[in-house]
Amino acid sequence: MAVVKLFGAWTSPYFYRVIWALKLKGIPYECIEEDLLNKSPLLLQYNPVHKKIPVLVHDGKPICESTIIPQYIEEIWPQPSLLPSDPYERAMARFWIKFADDKLILLALSPSISKMYRASGEEQEKAVKYILEMLETMEDHGLIGGKKFFGGDKISMVDMAFGAVAHWLGVIEDAAGLKIFEAHKFPRLQSWIQNFKEVPIIKENLTDRDKMFALLKRRREMLLASK
Amino acid sequence: MADELVLLDFWPSPFGMRVRIALAEKGIKHEYREEDLRNKSALLLQMNPVHKKIPVLIHNGKPVCESLIQVQYIDEVWHDQAPLLPSDPYQRAIARFWADFVDKKIYELGRKIWTTKGEEQEAGKKEFIECLKLLEGELGDKPYFGGENLGYVDVVLVPFYSWFLAYEKCGNFSIEAECPKLIAWAKRCLQKESVSKSLPDQEKVYGFVLQLKKIFGIE
Repeated sequence: MAVVKLFGAWTSPYFYRVIWALKLKGIPYECIEEDLLNKSPLLLQYNPVHKKIPVLVHDGKPICESTIIPQYIEEIWPQPSLLPSDPYERAMARFWIKFADDKLILLALSPSISKMYRASGEEQEKAVKYILEMLETMEDHGLIGGKKFFGGDKISMVDMAFGAVAHWLGVIEDAAGLKIFEAHKFPRLQSWIQNFKEVPIIKENLTDRDKMFALLKRRREMLLASK
Repeated sequence: MADELVLLDFWPSPFGMRVRIALAEKGIKHEYREEDLRNKSALLLQMNPVHKKIPVLIHNGKPVCESLIQVQYIDEVWHDQAPLLPSDPYQRAIARFWADFVDKKIYELGRKIWTTKGEEQEAGKKEFIECLKLLEGELGDKPYFGGENLGYVDVVLVPFYSWFLAYEKCGNFSIEAECPKLIAWAKRCLQKESVSKSLPDQEKVYGFVLQLKKIFGIE
């Protein structure tokens, strides 16, 4: 039986995109937790170009990038399917996956780089404005038609690409002392977040909120003190 | 019913060129419409409301946006002619990785070279060459990134070759001196009609960049 290994870090929503894909398809894997401040030689060997997690290693062969890995997983293990089979629907799904990736990276809703809790004043304001624009686009264009998930009735890779919004955004808001996402302003998004988090595999595989809040709070205090 | 295909594009856009090459490789009939980016058409704004950008591929009235997605879509719908992505899933993941790398790095670094000066420009040039060298490493001894034939990564990367003269003149350096293998690869690609008909002349692009610099007040 082929061996699947996954290199990741517990705080990263990009890492979770892959975990969700593997778990939804019932694929057993070995998880290797990386210390992002002290990356292992093995990780650097498997991802020499970007030196980042997540990295999936299947049969000794590495696959990098959290939007590329799930597509690979989908092709090797097609059921249950996480991407539409119709080429046009698939192009639409890829459009939203790319949108999520571009916006969340620049933002970024990954605790290690988020400008929201790291910055203050003008820089933070810009980051907040950027997030609001992203949320508005998701609400007005992505979730149009009152769908349960981005792809319709079933969870797909698009929902997983936006996972950071469903879980990580809230923690980062709290750590930064901000309120950006107001449920009454984004009714479709609010519904989607609830639907997403109610999927059993997702519910059981979300990073520990309290642990992350404590970490972000500590980091923010350190950063602001050093300015 | 015949397929109706419209491409909303802008002649110097490397992203538009990718789609032009893919359509030409597969011999797909389509209508090309030039957009004036200072005066975007109602059709463009309607078909790409999120980004309002070109290229937009409209297939039987339905829009597909983002060049990498458009190339993959074309490859999937017209899968019998000139396949661009490999058939093996692992090789496909590798191709997607390098296409993603080109997308994340080459455009931004190129932009840095023609819009900045001094230390910032030097840093841009250095990283740009490093990225091209990494791509040379991936190419290896193969004639194309796709192997014996033009593939996904070739289509994604070769459009930037039309901008190389502009980068060289603005940055005062020679890309060929640093990356001869890549230049040889680009010239090999240009021998294909699908590529030579889709890429504008380097001098024309340079003229366009000089115009942009004037408009934006960049020295």
